[in-house]
Amino acid sequence: MHELPVTESILEIALRHAEAASATRVTDIYLVIGQLASIVDDSIQFYWDMISEDTIAAGARLHFKRIPAEMLCFDCQVTYQPGEGELACPQCGGRHVKVVSGEQFRMEAIEVESAEGALSRE
Amino acid sequence: MKERVQVVENILSANDRLAGENRARLNQNRVLGLNLMASPGAGKTSLIERTLAGLVDELRVAVVDGDVATSIDADRAAAAGATAVQINTGGECHLDAVMLHGALEGLALDELELLIVENVGNLICPASFALGTHVSVLIASVPEGDDKPYKYPAMYRGVDALVINKIDLLPYVEFNLDYFKAGVEMLNPGIVTFPLSCRTGVGLGPWLDWVRAGLKDLRR
Repeated sequence: MHELPVTESILEIALRHAEAASATRVTDIYLVIGQLASIVDDSIQFYWDMISEDTIAAGARLHFKRIPAEMLCFDCQVTYQPGEGELACPQCGGRHVKVVSGEQFRMEAIEVESAEGALSRE
Repeated sequence: MKERVQVVENILSANDRLAGENRARLNQNRVLGLNLMASPGAGKTSLIERTLAGLVDELRVAVVDGDVATSIDADRAAAAGATAVQINTGGECHLDAVMLHGALEGLALDELELLIVENVGNLICPASFALGTHVSVLIASVPEGDDKPYKYPAMYRGVDALVINKIDLLPYVEFNLDYFKAGVEMLNPGIVTFPLSCRTGVGLGPWLDWVRAGLKDLRR
């Protein structure tokens, strides 16, 4: 799997936004992962602990929020959330279906600390 | 003091941005980009050899080969008449937009019509990384087994065309074509499919016509 480059990307995005906010430390990172995105939380956490070590994001907690996929059935036009490993339409059993969403993988927010005064300059 | 900073950024946004640049460069030069993906041994390089044999008299083609190591595939593509660039990913399991971006630097795009990218043999990771090519093609092969769409849904969901290679082996191996196709249909309804054999050459005609049609569309 490609969790290492993915984790490097998480670090890059977090540090960029932390710097823009004049932060001195990143304490929490909130990630959203679609049900169908092939991302393994544990591997990301494993790489994170290694690669964030010498940065202001060292020790930050990673929060993973899994969101369900959304599918559309072409046979009966219903939209539904598929179960684990079963993509067919629960209403009519149809297999002419399309993934509407479910492969998201994004960073929603970070929590940062900054030196007193650094944030009140605006 | 503590503060929450809204980010809302795709984790692979850097890759997607570079993929966009790659696409723009291909469009500028009106070069059709194909991204060939498959498991190891499905016949990516064989399909490239057959495609070159069929098109090299009418089109100028370059092949970018992604592999963990060696230049075996690029050598085969060069021998078949293409300009070939080998990318050794050094262990990385897929090509990404950054690697293709580097490879495009070394190609005279204005002297090309078709760019074939041979991704690293893998049915998982390449599905997650856009390259900026126009069309993604998955090569399945009969000896792999008929359960692959069910086991690798993300790969089957994300492609624009499906080649089923080694159909000359259908009489000799357990492969239920109906079961295979039902899985494909569920994940990617109506996908254009090319059953063929790179060994015997059967079924290559419709595939070559489809590549020609894609290029014609781009150049219209």
